[in-house]
Amino acid sequence: MNLDYTEVQQELRKVVREFMKRNYPPSRARELEDDTRGFDPGLWKQAADMGWMGWAIPQQYGGLGGELMDVVVILEEMGRACFLSPFLSTILCSFALTDGGSEEQKSECLPSLSRGDSIMSLAWAEPGADYDISGIKTRATGSKDGFTISGTKFFVPHAAEAQRLLVVARTGEESSAADGLSLFMVYAGSPGIQRIPLQTISQEKQYEVVFDKTPAGRSALIGGLSRGDVLVRSLQERAMVLKCAEMLGGADWVMENCTTYAKERVQYGRPIGSYGIIQHYLADLWAEISMARRLLYYAAWKLEKGMPCAREAAMVKCLFSDGYRRWTRTGVQIFGAIGTSREHDMGLYYRRAREAALTYGSPAWCRDRVASFLQ
Amino acid sequence: MDFSLTEEQESLRKEFDTFFAEEEKRAPVGWGGWIFGVFDEDDVWAYHCSVAGKLGQKGWLSLPWPRKYGGREHSYIEQLLFNEVRGFHRVPGVDLWGPQIVAPSLMEYGSEEIKQRWLPDIARAEINWCQGWTEPNSGSDLASLSTTAVADGDDFIINGQKIWTTGAHRADHIFILARTDAKAPKHHGLTYFISEMKSPGIKVRPLLFMNKSHEYNQVFFDNLRVPRRNIVGEVNQGWYVAVTGVNFERSMIGVFAAAKRDLEDLVKFCRETTRDGRPIADDPLVSHRLAEFAIELEAGRQWAYYVAWIQSKGKKVPGEASAAKYTISESIVRLANFAVESMGLCGVIKHGSKWSALHGTFENLCQASLGGVIAGGTTETQKNIIAWMSLGLPRT
Repeated sequence: MNLDYTEVQQELRKVVREFMKRNYPPSRARELEDDTRGFDPGLWKQAADMGWMGWAIPQQYGGLGGELMDVVVILEEMGRACFLSPFLSTILCSFALTDGGSEEQKSECLPSLSRGDSIMSLAWAEPGADYDISGIKTRATGSKDGFTISGTKFFVPHAAEAQRLLVVARTGEESSAADGLSLFMVYAGSPGIQRIPLQTISQEKQYEVVFDKTPAGRSALIGGLSRGDVLVRSLQERAMVLKCAEMLGGADWVMENCTTYAKERVQYGRPIGSYGIIQHYLADLWAEISMARRLLYYAAWKLEKGMPCAREAAMVKCLFSDGYRRWTRTGVQIFGAIGTSREHDMGLYYRRAREAALTYGSPAWCRDRVASFLQ
Repeated sequence: MDFSLTEEQESLRKEFDTFFAEEEKRAPVGWGGWIFGVFDEDDVWAYHCSVAGKLGQKGWLSLPWPRKYGGREHSYIEQLLFNEVRGFHRVPGVDLWGPQIVAPSLMEYGSEEIKQRWLPDIARAEINWCQGWTEPNSGSDLASLSTTAVADGDDFIINGQKIWTTGAHRADHIFILARTDAKAPKHHGLTYFISEMKSPGIKVRPLLFMNKSHEYNQVFFDNLRVPRRNIVGEVNQGWYVAVTGVNFERSMIGVFAAAKRDLEDLVKFCRETTRDGRPIADDPLVSHRLAEFAIELEAGRQWAYYVAWIQSKGKKVPGEASAAKYTISESIVRLANFAVESMGLCGVIKHGSKWSALHGTFENLCQASLGGVIAGGTTETQKNIIAWMSLGLPRT
């Protein structure tokens, strides 16, 4: 047993944190929220040059062949800095290709994802099918010689900036079921695609994407026809865990900054951090975040080892979805009025927590999953 | 990062599991398995003693001790495995004090003579201890205690009163903190004594818990004479002798494991019991709460492993241990109360009735578990420790 970070992970954390410190002041997040592109292309290229996009892509496809836990560390640091970019959506797509793509598809796409030359995004959730793939209604009709895709997806991150979209669509006969689903890779500028911005609480770039008889050729199918459910579930597990890594980073920001503030802010002649109630809020934060972190790492380890992780992924997502909302709520309270202002950074994390809680798996959906595993 | 155990550790865990699975079958019927509550009923106490004897014979009470004191120098991880398996099977048999709290103090501060006198007996489960620390006016602020010990030739004469003394009515020995220098700052005026309970001058009075169980006591010292050679460490060094005990395995894994077992019982109950024609567990309000407890306990388990692991690397873990302690003890109070609620009226019927749910385990536990959030440092004290020691916030 070794519950410490590897040397690679320790170094990576330092590097990412330094990068953020040098290039990405917290105010940048607010600027990017108001920016149409929603990310900094210059920093995106630099991040790619540092190897982050390709970190977990196999070396033979231009990546670094690193571990999932390394990506966890990268996402923690990005979450801590509130680094807005298509990073998570792109690497999830790289996993889909690595796991389900043909040699041609992998050789065509992975190297350019690794270089940061292209952005991809997963189009999976639909109004009415937030998390459960059995509810997906977007349909791909045709045969393996060619399909047309029709339906509506939403919460497709950075769809307007993506060169390609990975779409989960129904190809089987049932109108609702977990099987009968397929994964397609389509160009985002294909005919029949409309990308409509969604203004959400996080003001990250989410999109509604409408497909109206969008053609998808033979080579667009990723993995087996109507056998996409296994791949999509596996992607969902990784998505949940990695989203939690991002939340964990944000939680560390809250912990650190609230503790510092509590030591500095003086009222009634003493630091507010000398009052028991503030001390206990912070102690609760410390205990809860520390414990959630260990469960996250355990789930990431299981995923890395290819061990079944459906239960742990759901547990982690529930824990962080509820926890991060609670921790950011406490954070606002400790900062007091200033924490509610747009100018202060606390709001960045509070708002993101509410959206992250519902991304890839809500607390209620996750609890249902966990309940199904109870003995 | 690697969460797997070595082959030796897996095989050791299996050995523990085989033993404790067998011992579990011998638990008195209806006893809920609250391994901190073994002092009340005679049949439960007898069960505890019989297991203790076996553990003593197997050398399992001194796993992490140095070999020269009869231990096996096992790491914190092996001790954690022992605690986890024992907790999961809800088997008593480990004196609350001897192996993990008195022994470290003896090993660090005791003379060779003292170590030879007590350690082998502790390892063989031949001593039942009680802890003479807490007083009516000195609970959280233990160091303020006022029981006195006055030198008289080769002895000290102890006068005062202890309270919440777990198992004093079953114990044959007591380890006492008493004040030997009233003028010194409070932490520097205490001495650590060991006495036999049968010594003249000790009176034990039951202090019944709200559920009428007899676990706790008041202990009165009326000119109790203790020989100098029963002092551990130096005179006025007692506080530091006492806190050495905090270097034992502090992950609380045994309690997490026992709670996990309790949750399994509750899940089974909710699946098998119907209300208005359908299983209680079909109600999402119930199944979601059960899921939340499962999540809490799994996070706690991972935390416990981490605490034991960093201890094995030589790190002191005050904040980490505090986090483990207060989270699990609070979880159990909530779990027990939720269990009672989800069982409906049957949930509050005491063990012994054909209508009691799960032998009245949770009716008892929703009360007994209150001990856990107060004893051993209240939840609030644990949070203070985290605030002061892990976060550097100012002590007032």
